[in-house]
Amino acid sequence: MAATSSHSVDLSQAMNVDPTPLADWLVVMPVVWCLLAGAILLMLRKRTELQASIGIVALVGLCLLDAALLWRVLEEGPFTMVMGRWLPPFGIAFTVDLLGAFFTMTSGLVALAAGIFGRDDVDSTGRRYGFYPFLLLLMAGVSGAFLTGDVFNLYVWFEVLLISSFGLLVLGSEREQIDGATKYAFLNLVGTTLFLVATGYLYGLFGTLNMADILIKAPELRQTAPLMTLVCLYLLAFAMKAAAFPVNFWLPASYHTPKLVVSGLFGGLLTKIGIYALLRVLVMLFPIERAELGWVIAVLAAGTMLLGVLGALAQNDTRRAVGFLVISGIGMMLAGIALGSPSGLAGAILYAAHSMVVMTAIYFAAGIGGRVSGSFLLSRSGGIYPSHLVLAFATLALFLSMAGLPPFSGLWPKVMLVKAALDVGEWWLAGAILVTGFLTTITVGRIWALAYWKPRAADAEPLDPASQKVPMTSVIGLGMLTVLTVVFGLWPEPLIAISQDAARGLIDTSSFVLSVFPGEVPQ
Amino acid sequence: MAALDGMTIIALGLPFIAALVAPALVRRLGHNAAWVLALFPFFVFVRFLEFLPEVSAGSAITGGFQWVPSYNVSFSWFIDGLSLIFALLISGIGTLIVFYTGGYLKGHAQLGRFYSFIFLFMGAMLGLVISDSFLMLFVYWELTSITSFLLIGFDHGREASRRSALQALVVTGLGGLSLMAGLLVVWNITGVTQLSLLVNLGDEVRASPFYLMALILLLGGAFTKSAQFPFHFWLPNAMEAPTPVSAYLHSATMVKAGVYLVMRMNPAFGDTVAWETILPVFGGTTLIVGSLLAIRQTDLKLMLAYTTVSSLGLMVMMTGFGSEHAAAAGVLYLIAHSMFKGAFFMLAGNIDHEAGTRDITKLGGLRKLMPISFLAAMAAAFSMGGLPPFFGFLSKEEIYYGLWHADPWSIFMTVVAIVGNGLMFVVGFAIAIKPFLGREVKTPKHAHEAPLLMWIGPATLATGGLLAAVFSPIFHQYVSSPMVSAVSGEAEEVTISLVPHIGMPLLLSLVTIVFAVLVYLKVDSARSAIAATLTAIGWGPDKGFDQFVSGMVRLSRRVTKIAQPGQLDIYMTVTFAAVAVTLLAPMIIFDELPAMPAWPADAEIHELAVILIAFIGLGAVIAAKDRLTAIVSLGIQGFAVALIFMLFGAPDLSFTQFMVETLSVVILALVMTRLRLTLSDHRPTGQKIGDATVAIACGAGFMLYLLAVTEVPFRSYLSDFFIAYSKVIAHGANVVNVIIVDFRGTDTLGEIAVVMVTGLAILSLIRVRPGWKPGMLAENDPDAPTEEKK
Repeated sequence: MAATSSHSVDLSQAMNVDPTPLADWLVVMPVVWCLLAGAILLMLRKRTELQASIGIVALVGLCLLDAALLWRVLEEGPFTMVMGRWLPPFGIAFTVDLLGAFFTMTSGLVALAAGIFGRDDVDSTGRRYGFYPFLLLLMAGVSGAFLTGDVFNLYVWFEVLLISSFGLLVLGSEREQIDGATKYAFLNLVGTTLFLVATGYLYGLFGTLNMADILIKAPELRQTAPLMTLVCLYLLAFAMKAAAFPVNFWLPASYHTPKLVVSGLFGGLLTKIGIYALLRVLVMLFPIERAELGWVIAVLAAGTMLLGVLGALAQNDTRRAVGFLVISGIGMMLAGIALGSPSGLAGAILYAAHSMVVMTAIYFAAGIGGRVSGSFLLSRSGGIYPSHLVLAFATLALFLSMAGLPPFSGLWPKVMLVKAALDVGEWWLAGAILVTGFLTTITVGRIWALAYWKPRAADAEPLDPASQKVPMTSVIGLGMLTVLTVVFGLWPEPLIAISQDAARGLIDTSSFVLSVFPGEVPQ
Repeated sequence: MAALDGMTIIALGLPFIAALVAPALVRRLGHNAAWVLALFPFFVFVRFLEFLPEVSAGSAITGGFQWVPSYNVSFSWFIDGLSLIFALLISGIGTLIVFYTGGYLKGHAQLGRFYSFIFLFMGAMLGLVISDSFLMLFVYWELTSITSFLLIGFDHGREASRRSALQALVVTGLGGLSLMAGLLVVWNITGVTQLSLLVNLGDEVRASPFYLMALILLLGGAFTKSAQFPFHFWLPNAMEAPTPVSAYLHSATMVKAGVYLVMRMNPAFGDTVAWETILPVFGGTTLIVGSLLAIRQTDLKLMLAYTTVSSLGLMVMMTGFGSEHAAAAGVLYLIAHSMFKGAFFMLAGNIDHEAGTRDITKLGGLRKLMPISFLAAMAAAFSMGGLPPFFGFLSKEEIYYGLWHADPWSIFMTVVAIVGNGLMFVVGFAIAIKPFLGREVKTPKHAHEAPLLMWIGPATLATGGLLAAVFSPIFHQYVSSPMVSAVSGEAEEVTISLVPHIGMPLLLSLVTIVFAVLVYLKVDSARSAIAATLTAIGWGPDKGFDQFVSGMVRLSRRVTKIAQPGQLDIYMTVTFAAVAVTLLAPMIIFDELPAMPAWPADAEIHELAVILIAFIGLGAVIAAKDRLTAIVSLGIQGFAVALIFMLFGAPDLSFTQFMVETLSVVILALVMTRLRLTLSDHRPTGQKIGDATVAIACGAGFMLYLLAVTEVPFRSYLSDFFIAYSKVIAHGANVVNVIIVDFRGTDTLGEIAVVMVTGLAILSLIRVRPGWKPGMLAENDPDAPTEEKK
């Protein structure tokens, strides 16, 4: 192809000659929107009084875009847009399927709650030094990760969300925060680097980075290429991101240090990105290799859930305890991935969505609770139940949801995972899930009895009356997430249906591939 | 599935509505809200009463709707004799409890909240007994545990209440998980998700290899809920709750949920050796242990609580005994128990409320002051003791009909029943006689008869026990027989009446009474004997619970200390060790090691020289005495790699590598000098060897896998495409540039965002100082007002 003039080139060999339909732009809109809003917020950095309003409006817009995206995927199935109109796999493809759309939607809601909660939780210094820009750019990274159909591009969005989260983590510059942030940054950089190295190997083997293209090439390559090591490398990289045992150190070391709205956002979103990547890469792209590693993942899952809940039981600081509960939940999702069956995957997907909402809300609740009782330490707080009844009941609801008790959303994924484990005769994994649920009940019951029921010590220093008033934005932020867990506990049908369809979409990838390569014969 | 029946749905929802409106109603009407609130459960009672003719005619009522169609879960009810009688007990006694609460907690600041909890519980319990679908049963089951937790801890300021509440939550929570596992196993082996279908699949269930597993798991749920030994300890502790809770949850209804489950399972799981061994053994043990512990108590509520434990044991024992009359006996005893025990608890509350103490040794002579309570207590004691003309007599006769057979096992169980019944007889009459008869004792408060709200409940239940016995044919026709038929899985008719038949059962009743009277006369020495024995044993499940919880906390502290020591260098070492294992293990296990590459015979001398320089740099890093030298030596190795990139035709990459290396050396050197670290490396040799092993293993892993990857022929269609179209379509002569800004421009967009965010993060790190007041600017902020600067 040594043409000297572009006029003589047949564009259709290299590009989509028709303009991308407007409706397809929807798949990139969450990312574009967040980047734009982040940029505007950055430009208006010094107008701290405007930051919250613009940020919240932008997040509402994000939720609307996410809703439209989810609606379209539910109606029409996966669709794709290739950047720069280059033909796939040469340009970067954004491909959304039900899994991506579902997670994008849930993360959008969580971010909105955090944006509202942050209005009063973050002071003007925090706003000046970028709370809302970080939040929006974090969401650009999160949405990009959920929506991209290209492995290297996934890495890029990982980087965007990692650095934004770092910015949020250090905001405030407390000594404890810097210590936590150092551990967070070092360990996460190792994980991200592993992801990059693995992607380098992947490109070396496949010569492509497009997920649909990898799906097409994998059956042939599987005959000769050393794929197991590659998949193990991805497993480790994403397990680190998800804070799975035994590479979970960074989470308990850092999550209790930043502002609570940030802890909430992290507890809800960041680890689930690791789970998402495992679902996308291990489950969807390398199902046969994943099945080979099933028992390894199952052992990691059991270790993660038990270590997490034991860690939570050992803590005297509620925030630290919640951090360990986040890890315990990761074990639950890994169990679904280890099983790999449609029902196990559906359980893992539903658990992820439930956990995004509930873990964020628990951090919020613990934050408000710590503020009104004067301490995050179980030994020194107390008396929240008589003084803040609604908060106490909201917290109890979230705790029970976390423990997988009805009538809250946590019940359903737990039932699905236990059933899926029993279906294939993995008794011990089902047992581990149940034991974890039991220990979680002890943990949260103990925290609630000590921090909420027990009166404050008689000799405790008097509380600042100003701290007793909970700002309306905190109530809304916590309230909307609590309502979600109650509503979807009572009426789980839509979410279960979506999770099951999303799981099927990971196993039968034909519609994903067809949305990228319309002419391709499904495998 | 039968049609959606609106009235039943409303009846199921009414308690929850009552829970919502109760606080507002109490705020307006005070304790008189009881009269209005009682209408809610009363309506439910009437609603279920309407089913009685149809159910007693032998049919079951079903209905509901698809709840979670994607997971094959319905919200559906199945109302046969067993469910219906339970529903009537829950709503009927519930109505009386609502009255009683109004009197008992009159003037309590949180009466409204208390009502809400009681109604939430009522709704949950009602749902539990009419649930057809497994998951619906489980949801309601756990709801009763949660509401019980809230009610036991109602007096949350007291340590004992909180401990008991948590204990109940943990024990019944454990049982809940066991139940869930059991239900899922049953779902797996039968494929059905509804109790109404399960009862017909007995043969399939019993033949399954997982029968025993399912049985043990389900019984785990039932035994914890119904306080069977050794899980009985939470129930007496639950007496920390206000008395209406004890009367309602912890005697008449919730604790019978386990018995309900066992009775419900009987048609499908019964009639096996396992069933007829496990149930009588646990039930019988519970009966004896509970009644012995009851004798030992002096607190009226605790005496009653332990007899509740023993009664539950008796019910489980009878349900599992498997003979002709046994199941019927369990059913009759359950009905009798709900009435006399509910009455007794409320009466204990009356005594406590009016006299100011419920210690039996400090009470006496109340009969003139509290005549109605006295009469009700005597009626309850007669029923509990199994004396005519009360319903308890019928159930006792039926128990002995069921148990008495001429084989050692039956004789043994009969003796167990006689001892248990006799001891309960003693406790019942002790409560009815000691506080009321005899000399008047000075009590903390001067006693009066309790107000109407508080005696209407016990009086109704006591009368109920009498009427049910007197009109036993009608009662059996509508209540006992349908329930027994549901439990045994086939139509059965209960005929026992007050008219005594001369025979073994009557004789056994007499033996029981003689035994009881003997014990009653010696009750004080019996009490001290049991107390001495318990002190000698010195350990019980209650203490065991504390040891378990504190042991778990200690264990978790220890594990967490190992797993999360808080030092970054340990975290990094473990992480890199994991990297090494991840690379090397699969390569070895899955045979993915590369073939050894051939020596490049055409290697030019300058290429080899560059590689040699890299190795020298590496050696210098290791050999370096101080950190600065090591950092600079690392730079040598990096520059050598950049040269290799250059030699092999990647100038862009090479320049980037040069820049990165230069900057890293400069930055590292700057940071190291500012960190005030020791000049040289002071690690002990052992650690050095360990670290070196991890480092070499990681390096080897990456290299070996890279070799393996490059041995697969590279597919260059992406680069071919980029080279072909970079100039002609994207108008860029430098393919790398075009890839960055066009073909993969989106990646670049993301990376630009990364750079920008990094800048902002660094800015906040530099400018924001810890502990600053909101709105304060850093002194190095250009916008900070000058007077704030030093």
